[in-house]
Amino acid sequence: MLIYALKRLSIALLVAITVSLLTFSMIYLSGDPAIALAGESATQQDIENIRKVYGYDRPIIVQYAAWLGNALQGNLGHSHYLKTEVSNVIFDRLPVTMTLGACALSFALALSIPLGVLAAMRPNTLVDRFALTLAVIGQALPSFWFALIMIFLFGVSLRWLPITGSASWLNFVMPSIALGYYVTPAVMRLTRAGMIEVLSSDYIRTARAKGLRPGVVLFKHALRNAIIPVVSLAAVQFGFMLGGSIVIETIFAINGLGQLAWESILRADLPMMQAIVLVLSCFYIVLTFVADLLNAFLDPRIRVS
Amino acid sequence: MGERILEVENLTVDIPVGGGMLHAVQGISFHVDKGETLCIVGESGCGKSLTSLAVMDLLPKKAIRGADKLSLSGEDMRGLSERRMSDIRGNTMGMIFQEPMTSLNPAYTIGNQMEEALKRHRKVSTQEARDRAIYLLEKVGITAAASRLNQYPHQLSGGLRQRVMIAMTLMCGPNLIIADEPTTALDVTIQAQILLLLAELQREFEMGLILITHDLGVVARIADRVAVMYAGQIVEQGTADEVFNRPTHPYTQGLLDCIPIPGKTDRGKPLGSIPGIVPSLVGPFHACHFAERCTYAMPDCTKGDIDMRPALEGGHEYRCLLDPETCQKNAERKGVA
Ligand SMILES: Nc1ncnc2c1ncn2[C@@H]1O[C@H](COP(=O)(O)OP(=O)(O)OP(=O)(O)O)[C@@H](O)[C@H]1O
Ligand code: SF4
Ligand SMILES: [Mg+2]
Repeated sequence: MLIYALKRLSIALLVAITVSLLTFSMIYLSGDPAIALAGESATQQDIENIRKVYGYDRPIIVQYAAWLGNALQGNLGHSHYLKTEVSNVIFDRLPVTMTLGACALSFALALSIPLGVLAAMRPNTLVDRFALTLAVIGQALPSFWFALIMIFLFGVSLRWLPITGSASWLNFVMPSIALGYYVTPAVMRLTRAGMIEVLSSDYIRTARAKGLRPGVVLFKHALRNAIIPVVSLAAVQFGFMLGGSIVIETIFAINGLGQLAWESILRADLPMMQAIVLVLSCFYIVLTFVADLLNAFLDPRIRVS
Repeated sequence: MGERILEVENLTVDIPVGGGMLHAVQGISFHVDKGETLCIVGESGCGKSLTSLAVMDLLPKKAIRGADKLSLSGEDMRGLSERRMSDIRGNTMGMIFQEPMTSLNPAYTIGNQMEEALKRHRKVSTQEARDRAIYLLEKVGITAAASRLNQYPHQLSGGLRQRVMIAMTLMCGPNLIIADEPTTALDVTIQAQILLLLAELQREFEMGLILITHDLGVVARIADRVAVMYAGQIVEQGTADEVFNRPTHPYTQGLLDCIPIPGKTDRGKPLGSIPGIVPSLVGPFHACHFAERCTYAMPDCTKGDIDMRPALEGGHEYRCLLDPETCQKNAERKGVA
């Protein structure tokens, strides 16, 4: 188990280093950052000054080391546009996005796992068809469109839910559904496929031959094994949802990282974008690592060698 | 003979398949008494597994079961609710399967799976269930039983897993155990060990045992009675002595001619084989199922269903048009009687 965890950890670190390199080089993607900062009316002298002040004249490797060192200490740079520390803004917004992501994932799992189990128990029946239909619609429907329909229905027509903002938990209902619904099909189909496979396995026959109650057979013996791959998928999907929250947060005017990313893109606020990418990527890496550990926890064949 | 534990009359299993109905088990009858071992032998696909699953009521969903009688210790199991059936399964009647590698749940420890088998049917504490598990693991020849309880199936070899399966089936002290080729998937060297262990436990706990196996050598050693199956039917049934020493049905004779049996087959005698293939069991089929491969086949053999008839002595019976004396002569000529 320890060896497994260390292996996963070193992989995670490697990915993190790669990500940091890529993120760092973002600054240079749009050309010389000094020119971009200086603006259109700047003279050559201004540009030289900016280059000196911000340290763009140092060798690239030194710049990277300095940047990485700062980032590791939580110093993600300075937003020229907002005139404040990037990290302040980010750690202000991060909890909002995390809450949204967690709610969306909970919604998705609460809907898709029971549906997947039901569909697997009665393949090719009405329940199964219904679940499949839901999955197809979910995959075909763009989440922003789904969000707009919900806003129109529950926000404008029925007036049940607030449309914008992040003041109360009610504000999170529609965005969570819009964001979570998108991952429901994949999770549901994996649960269904896993359950169908597990239900026809020899150990389920053994469980039934022991006279165990159908509920015990289904949940203790079947679902426990079928859920293992779903955990990995859920972690990956959580990562995707953080990306997807850019759209959803913008639509619902939720003050999260997604909206911040969108605004920063519009303002060409490079340090801010850079920091958002870095934070989200790192979060994604942590998620994958946690998913690996969870997998090992659930599957003794990994845990106990 | 002791009390009757299982009584099966005219059991049928039909499975709808693409091209019609597969009559996998066609009216077989047998019984098992307390402390008795019934061995069912027959080649692959003749319906042995479906027969045992039919008794356990664990057939695939689409399979249709029929029987004139299917009773366990006097209780009619036909038409029992799934709830009542699950009270019986694992309690008074247990089953051991062919695939030890996959028959235990990979996610739970041996102890967990064994304890739950007892707790489902008896009001016992975890400690009591644990003690019983340890006792039975020792019974099936597993050393350091207490520490095995915390192990997962993948940490055990196939042979050990099958021993665990046997111990698990014994948790509730069943009257009847059905073992469907429990050693086919195992190393040759431990096959006989496990079968003899089963026989030993069967004697010690005075259970009824239905053992399905290809190993005629072991059958000859441990069976009280033998049922020979061919293409969905029992073609010969009797005591081990009757079936092995006075094989009557041409298929049984062929089978014994194919396989060396310790202490019976002369050394150096060439082994025979039965040419031909098993008939398809899809659709109606009214003839001797063995006719295509039988060296004694006559025109009448394919003119209708062949019934079971008594052989020369006792409860020994067989399914063939040839009279018992002729069969006896054939056996002697083949050197299998
Ligand atoms: N689920 C199923 N669907 C369709 N046909 C089946 C099914 N299960 C078994 N059969 C068929 O029923 C027949 C009897 O099968 P069964 O498994 O009882 O044979 P068996 O005697 O146990 O053979 P083996 O020695 O290989 O285990 C075979 O022809 C098989 O193909
Ligand atoms: S009934 Fe005929 S074909 Fe069938 S076993 Fe007897 S002799 Fe052979
Ligand atoms: Mg079989």
